Amino acid sequence: MSAVSAFLLRRRGRGWHWTDVVTWIWLISGVFLMFGPAVWLVFSSFKTPAALAEFPPSFLPYVTEQAVVPGYDKPLPLYNVAMPDGSTRVLAEVRRIGIIGQMVDPKQPGEIVKANIKDRTPVRQVEFARGNYTEPFQRFDFFLFLRNSVFVTVVATAITLLVNSMAAFALSKYQFPGRTAVMLMILATLMVPLSVIVVPLYSVIGTLNLFDSLWGVILPTVATPTGVFLLRQYMLTIPDELLDAARMDKASEWQIYWRIILPLSAPALAVLAIFSVVWRWNDFLWPLIVLSRKELYTLQVGLNVYAGELNVQWHYILAMTVVSMIPVVLIFVFLQRFITTGIAGSGLK
Amino acid sequence: MTAKTVSSEPPVKTGLRQALLAPVRLVMGLVDIPMRGWQKLTGLNGMAGVFLAPNMLIFTVFVLLPLVINFIYSTTSGSAIFLQNRTYVGADQYRILFDCGSYLDPSTCAADTFWAAVRNTAVFVVFQVTVMLIAALATALILNRELSNRGFWRAVFFFPVLLSPVVVGLIWKWILQREGLLNYALSPFGFEPFSWLSDRFWAFFFAVFVSVWAHMGFYALILLAGLQAIPRDLYEAAAMDSARPIRIFRRITLPLLMPNLIVVLVLALIRAVQIFDEVFVLTGGGPGTSTMYITQYIYETGFASSLRNPGLASAASILMGIVLVILTLVQLGVSNRNEKKGARH
Repeated sequence: MSAVSAFLLRRRGRGWHWTDVVTWIWLISGVFLMFGPAVWLVFSSFKTPAALAEFPPSFLPYVTEQAVVPGYDKPLPLYNVAMPDGSTRVLAEVRRIGIIGQMVDPKQPGEIVKANIKDRTPVRQVEFARGNYTEPFQRFDFFLFLRNSVFVTVVATAITLLVNSMAAFALSKYQFPGRTAVMLMILATLMVPLSVIVVPLYSVIGTLNLFDSLWGVILPTVATPTGVFLLRQYMLTIPDELLDAARMDKASEWQIYWRIILPLSAPALAVLAIFSVVWRWNDFLWPLIVLSRKELYTLQVGLNVYAGELNVQWHYILAMTVVSMIPVVLIFVFLQRFITTGIAGSGLK
Repeated sequence: MTAKTVSSEPPVKTGLRQALLAPVRLVMGLVDIPMRGWQKLTGLNGMAGVFLAPNMLIFTVFVLLPLVINFIYSTTSGSAIFLQNRTYVGADQYRILFDCGSYLDPSTCAADTFWAAVRNTAVFVVFQVTVMLIAALATALILNRELSNRGFWRAVFFFPVLLSPVVVGLIWKWILQREGLLNYALSPFGFEPFSWLSDRFWAFFFAVFVSVWAHMGFYALILLAGLQAIPRDLYEAAAMDSARPIRIFRRITLPLLMPNLIVVLVLALIRAVQIFDEVFVLTGGGPGTSTMYITQYIYETGFASSLRNPGLASAASILMGIVLVILTLVQLGVSNRNEKKGARH
């Protein structure tokens, strides 16, 4: 505890000012408001449907203990019952009639004890319902969704990196007529959002016969102007003398591209790769439009469709949501510093 | 155990990397053969076209072409997708969009959902951008203070930016439902459980709140970068004069942060106009059409509804595009002016 408070309260200045108070209120409520919902989601995803329907909700996933009592087909839920004589007994509930529960002692199943439901509390223990995670894989097409998402993300990112770095190389290291025009055109479309061109893009995809195909999801996203711009800015800092030296050694232009330019642009390529993964993994509107066959849904589309169809099955939806968060959270945890400086530096998202 | 043996050999990791890169090397090497031939034909600068071609091809087919087709689309009617099956109607779609009894009352318009969406979007943009700016500025100012573990706090506020809009929508839908966490948190204060998202006011409130929650960290980061670029000695001089924090903020921080604030303002405006995913998952546009925004209107008119009308959706998207172009031009104009100002000083 003292370690936590030391961590929270360590500061460099001396004395307390009202701005310090505001700072700490903001930061601590920020932790609850920003992290809280995600933590709540993760804990909720381990609850059984019964525990999810409970109000008031509990933080940890509790399960009411059950006992198999001879003479009854199903396992019965266990309760701590306060008896009229002041003692407490652990009883199993057979059925409930109004406010009276009919209970039996698991050790003496013959005798029925009646108890007011106000006098009993369920015997509970913390248990993580792993079934929420395993069952969607067996029962729904969750595994397919996951596979589609991984395919789209990996392939789109690979093509983005290749195609954008080639274009950026041409735009940063060659003099050719129309270079400025190409650059301007790319910059101008930086601000065209997908929502403005969805309708005609849909017809283009239709003409190319890419409806209901993962390639229809991938191709429109890979020539991102942001990527060309970011890589070009970086490649401009690579000295031209390096290229000239390689040309003296009879290297072809293609060799210069992949043996000199690509390795030297690794930091910029890494930033673009991280962003591309996050973008493609999170895409929603475009896959929603292009994909209509369930076997092709990506995770995000599948999640939304299930959330609409299975409104009662929150336990599956929450677990699938947590799974879909995993890659992004991993990227975030390992590359946080990289991402935040990348964004602050280039202003892209 | 003896001391660590010093080895000049590279670590084993490199072996794995070599193995992974081997197929890439092979492919790139094979590509090099035709590339060399081409280079002989065209010379050095001719290779620029080769490098540019794949990107430009994809870019033209999937960005430029649709931009052009969008205009043609908006002059046709019907529910067909392919242009050759559509009938030319001139400016009819725009006429339908602008056919209103009174522009103050969306229900008198022929395309009443469109105008409801326009009005909703306008109200949303005003509130969301205001809240966003204030929250992002406050967060950036606080993160810019002399905190230890600043990286951790920055991560706290930035984390939701990377979540997918569907996840954001689902998390909050789960918290805001009748049996959800919010109602539980409020119950000790004597509030009855309430369906937050089926009430017009609260659905709007949470549409704003959730979209700010999801994106605020991004803008806070841009502002933080701006704050860290302000020279320290200005603050030291102000501290010598024992100026009050509010005065320091108004006289030093705010003016020097203005370029970043404007970038954030315009980016936030542009993104707020395009709001769709989070709110769509959270409320589905409801209750009624109270949280239905322009992008959802375009999506539903173009693809989802039974009265599918891609022409009308195209016309609506062009109007939206015009607004976005104006916002972008304002941004370019303002940032240019700022740069010139900066150069003069």
